[in-house]
Amino acid sequence: MPSTSSPGDDPAPGDRASTIVPASELDRLIQVLRRQGRTVIGPTLGDGAIVNDIVESADELPWGWTDEQAPGRYRVGRLPTSEAFGFANPTQSFKRHLHPPRTVLFAASRDHGGGSAEVPVTIAAAESAPPALALVGVRSCDLAALARLDAALTPRTGSRATRSWGDGAGATPTANVDGGPLRALEPFVVAVSCSRPGQTCFCASMGTGPTPGTGYDLALTELVDGGPHEFLVEAATDAGRAVAAELLGRPAGAVDHGRAAAMADRAAAAMGRRLDPDDPPAAGRHLDHPRWRDVGDRCLACANCTLVCPTCFCGATEDVTGFDGEPDLERTERHLVWDSCFGSSFSALNGNPVRASTADRYRHWLLHKLVTWHDQFGTSGCVGCGRCITWCPVGIDLTEEVAALARPTTGVAS
Amino acid sequence: MTADRSGDGEVPAGDDRVSLAVWKFASCDGCQLTLLDCEDELLAVADRFRFAHFLEASSAVDDGPFDVSLVEGSITTADDVSRIHDIRERSAVLVTIGACANAGGVQALRNLADVDVDELRSIVYPSPELISTLASSTPIADHVEVDLELPGCPIDRNQLLEVLAAFLAGRAPNLPTTSVCVECKARDLVCVAVAGAEPCLGPVTRSGCGALCPSVGRGCYGCFGPAEAANTSSLVERLRGDGVDDGRLTRLLHTFNAWAPGFRDQPVAVADPTRSGR
Ligand code: SF4
Ligand code: SF4
Ligand code: SF4
Repeated sequence: MPSTSSPGDDPAPGDRASTIVPASELDRLIQVLRRQGRTVIGPTLGDGAIVNDIVESADELPWGWTDEQAPGRYRVGRLPTSEAFGFANPTQSFKRHLHPPRTVLFAASRDHGGGSAEVPVTIAAAESAPPALALVGVRSCDLAALARLDAALTPRTGSRATRSWGDGAGATPTANVDGGPLRALEPFVVAVSCSRPGQTCFCASMGTGPTPGTGYDLALTELVDGGPHEFLVEAATDAGRAVAAELLGRPAGAVDHGRAAAMADRAAAAMGRRLDPDDPPAAGRHLDHPRWRDVGDRCLACANCTLVCPTCFCGATEDVTGFDGEPDLERTERHLVWDSCFGSSFSALNGNPVRASTADRYRHWLLHKLVTWHDQFGTSGCVGCGRCITWCPVGIDLTEEVAALARPTTGVAS
Repeated sequence: MTADRSGDGEVPAGDDRVSLAVWKFASCDGCQLTLLDCEDELLAVADRFRFAHFLEASSAVDDGPFDVSLVEGSITTADDVSRIHDIRERSAVLVTIGACANAGGVQALRNLADVDVDELRSIVYPSPELISTLASSTPIADHVEVDLELPGCPIDRNQLLEVLAAFLAGRAPNLPTTSVCVECKARDLVCVAVAGAEPCLGPVTRSGCGALCPSVGRGCYGCFGPAEAANTSSLVERLRGDGVDDGRLTRLLHTFNAWAPGFRDQPVAVADPTRSGR
């Protein structure tokens, strides 16, 4: 979110300044953002997959590439058309760019001058300022996830997080304040409506897509319905309007909005999966369901699901000392590193994990994600991106598990 | 006294460095060479540690006792058994380094095979009567108490430096026991198992290598041994479903950590070097 507008000022869709630009204007968009001093992160073709990475020109977008996703399986393929955003979602969300796998929190140095019994210790906050980012191609699921992650990372004073970054889920923010630590980084957000959701997608049933809710500066819809290859550009903030004004196009009309709406309807109908909102609370009542043990037998406790999840926020701290640098090795850094509830140290008390079995850990993960997140943050912890299904090496599918767990007598694997 | 104690090293007066000993059993020396591979940090390490017994670095050795012993290799002879007890007695802290010391190494394949050691010996060596060996290759921890096991084939130099730095600071070393997948995802690598067709042991293998093999497009070989709670049978089932046959599964699991609990109990055929079938 930009600094130039408060989060509450998103206009209703009809009021949004909207433009139609040709596909060739995407490069101008990226260059305008780069000229603002921003590092642009967007989708690009990596090692046999569409990944989010630094992009310096629109040439680096995955034009004409798509993805096929299924439980435990991912492949890229060519499209007959040359779409820039003709895939479901990149391997990882933007989480790693705003909440990296390892962050230095502070450093402590010991000063041995004078040899007194009391050794003074200097504590210094990590000094490096994070780069100004522009996130391009943010899917509606990932847009909703940014808000939920931000809420989860916000220090709380009351019983519930204060949230302000728009949330496509339509959940009611409890307060309209300045947002959490991610929003404080002020990324410029270019959202993109989905045209080709994947077989593991279910954002439509989570209320988080396929069209972006709120929390973006610009929203793009790639019009690929047989007409000209154009983008509908909608600006939601002053910063967004300023960038949109630099693009060469024409004002969008009712016909253009109609094309975009029709594409959104098709995308919503094309999702490969859905999650019945009644199932999670039912699963939460069946804590002794035999399916928990069954999924525990299949689960590898490898943590992929939590690491690719755009809302999983858990971290651990490490105190790091080394050999390089100070000759006396007296400099300690405290690092915040990604952690996962699938590891034994995560719930360790006095050296032993509270959740000893993998079945216990899977149950904790699923019920936090889908049930107790509501109590904690006022939303679901799941935005329906499907990544945990695709990137699970044994293809465990939370929509299938929760549907089985919701029913006490059926769906139990023998 | 064993042969190892006949050295001529002396502790220089006023040397208050930590005394470090490096020991070798049945192994290839690759793990202990990792210490010499710490090129950029080696001088800083030597400032704080005195190499009291490290034959790859110096023939000058002393008798101990040692503050820290790094033990490489597995126990495969009767002499090994007495030697490791002797080393344990002279070491305040004993850290095993590598798959041989932690799990018996690739030489522990003989523990799995239904094969007579005398027969093997006569196949491999021209003068088998000169070779004295036990029927099994076993980890150090089967014989003496081990304070810390550093995994890998070979170990990772950064993990070794971490252990030494942690010892100096009096803190617990940061050595996660979670899967290689955790490092893979932290590095934003594309999963070779899900997005490719590579059998990858990463989900059941302990982290620490920095996801080296997936970073070059290869599946993990499991050289760091089983991760905590390794559910190898579920992964094996998945690989079978993908058409990986038992021969390949056997070769995948029966390497450096074949005898490690978590890998050794897999119901795949055991390769037998002397017989066509079992
Ligand atoms: S739980 Fe799975 S589908 Fe839901 S947001 Fe996380 S990764 Fe996506
Ligand atoms: S559900 Fe899948 S990805 Fe998650 S820990 Fe289990 S095996 Fe790994
Ligand atoms: S490549 Fe291997 S180690 Fe990496 S995430 Fe995939 S299964 Fe795990």
